Amino acid sequence: MKRTAMVLAASALMATIACHKNKPPVARPMPPPATGSGTGGATRPPAPPEPVREPTVVPPEPVRDDAISSASLDDLNRNSPLKPVFFELDSDELSPVAQKALDDNAALLKRYTTWAVTIEGHCDERGTPEYNLALGERRAVTARAYLVSLGIAADRLRTVSYGKEFPFDPGHAESAFAKNRRAHFVITAK
Amino acid sequence: MTRTLPLTGALAVAVLALWVHAQQPPPTTPPQPPPVPQQPRQPDEVVTTLTGEGGAPPRLAVPDFIPLTPDAETATIARTIGQVLWDDLNFEREYAFIPRDVYASIPRATSFADVPFDRWRELNADGLVVGTVQKTTGGIKVEMRLYNVRGRQMVYGKEYTGSGANPRLYAHKISDDIHESQRALHGVAQTRLTFTSDRDGERVTGTVEKRDVKEIYVSDYDGERQQRVTVGRTLNAFPRWSPDGRSIAYTSWRRGGANIFISNIYQATMEEVTKGNEESWLAAWSPDGARLCFASPREGKGHTNLYIINRDGSNLRKLTNHPSINTSPTWSPSGTQIAFSSDRTGPPKIYVIAADGVGQPQLITPSESYADKATWSPAPYNEIAYTAKTGPGNDIKVIDMATRQVRQLTFGEGTNESPAYAPNGRHLAFWSTRSGKKQIFTIARTGQDLRQITRTGNNEQPDWSRPPAER
Repeated sequence: MKRTAMVLAASALMATIACHKNKPPVARPMPPPATGSGTGGATRPPAPPEPVREPTVVPPEPVRDDAISSASLDDLNRNSPLKPVFFELDSDELSPVAQKALDDNAALLKRYTTWAVTIEGHCDERGTPEYNLALGERRAVTARAYLVSLGIAADRLRTVSYGKEFPFDPGHAESAFAKNRRAHFVITAK
Repeated sequence: MTRTLPLTGALAVAVLALWVHAQQPPPTTPPQPPPVPQQPRQPDEVVTTLTGEGGAPPRLAVPDFIPLTPDAETATIARTIGQVLWDDLNFEREYAFIPRDVYASIPRATSFADVPFDRWRELNADGLVVGTVQKTTGGIKVEMRLYNVRGRQMVYGKEYTGSGANPRLYAHKISDDIHESQRALHGVAQTRLTFTSDRDGERVTGTVEKRDVKEIYVSDYDGERQQRVTVGRTLNAFPRWSPDGRSIAYTSWRRGGANIFISNIYQATMEEVTKGNEESWLAAWSPDGARLCFASPREGKGHTNLYIINRDGSNLRKLTNHPSINTSPTWSPSGTQIAFSSDRTGPPKIYVIAADGVGQPQLITPSESYADKATWSPAPYNEIAYTAKTGPGNDIKVIDMATRQVRQLTFGEGTNESPAYAPNGRHLAFWSTRSGKKQIFTIARTGQDLRQITRTGNNEQPDWSRPPAER
């Protein structure tokens, strides 16, 4: 029964993430139509025809370079562009969803090459505080190894385990546990 | 005969603590100086022991002590000593006690000269503790006598002098002295607990997520005098007393990743045992206090292994070498073996390895589905207590190392974890959610006498000290 509940919860979570990613493209305002009554005089040649634009592919979570570049570390981490990775009970294996999140994180790390990141390993409240330190570490190291395999320099990625000490969701149900079994990314330098 | 309290010594300790504090803003606040030893007077009489009738435990009465100085403060001190002494003596279950509520029917003695032995005898008392408290210049003098009620003879007596600031300390000392002389037992009344607590409601600084600070606390064995030790504004956890009871090794994330720190709580100084980005957790002192065993994933492959290091951070040596999780170390009392948890065959179980690393680890909890946080009992018991999964939560179990028989101390009320032995091996501290939040409890090794020690916030991972060594 428990197992079923877990799978259901995991599916629900995946569905949530999937929905999030398939957000329809955001409509962007077109530039105002060029009028001839600008700065130029009558001698100015007519404006070239407006080029036909390809529809812009909007990334699932629009990343605006200037916003990210100008944000403070705290602001960045408050709405982190680096996605957390979630794990099954007593496991550090990466699910396809987890791998996708790490793929996206790797793309960002390749774009912002100066970022240094701490990968925090976390556990749910089951299991002892002592053992969970090592389990959380395994999760952080697994996520780190995957990023390194995608070409991210190892020295940009530090790992730290917090065991079960800092749950993201303080609840005592599987829905909370699923959120708490995670590798969490903190940008420490940019 | 009576040696007076080295009061100047007490002042010196306080001054030293302040000086260190000023020199080097330490992350620790000094608790009160250790109880300054009250120099006992050697009793003139030959000490004899109290006995019960027909082999039963002696029946003891411990009325309030007698104030010899007629002021309210002395009266309060006298009452406190008597009541705390009753609790302290009762804790070891060596005596049967005549309940306090019948004492009121007995005329109060005003000195050792008018103790109504006949009335105590009517209550079937075998033994009677009578004490006096007197003000002196700069403190108090406490005199204690243990009488054989039938013979109206003093079988044991001592005198104590010192500050009157903390009467409980006199009771604790008297209790341990009575157990030592009468029962050849090391009582634990002067021992202390340490644990980690989130009670201050502070948040970790420098993180975006709201994260609760945990700080190291100490208290007397009975939960009195709870005091905060660390002010790290971070996660400070897994405290362990040094064998001399004067220092606490703990795991702190104050430098980012976890490292082992030592807080010398009576000097207000801190030592950093492990440094750098390698994470280190769960320090356990060797019985001689010279070394620490700890767990670390420092090889970076997700494995955790055990290491041994000198207290000063030198001579790091790898103890286990296995591509799995090897954690939660505890030393045997002789220092020759270390028990730990490993998930090398699945969920974590308890293993024992020689402290020099020679030979293969031996599995000792094959039948547990999940076991962690072994703690090796002091002699004369040779047993290991641990946290075992028993259902939705965990319970405290104990395995006898000679017979390998397992007994269970808690039974599914909340989760029950992280057992730690009292220095005499007769009691354990652990944390439990049975009353709601995580709280520290103590329990006899027989599973009786459950007592709740903490009530504020969440409190966990207790450790139990010997009485602080005198310096």
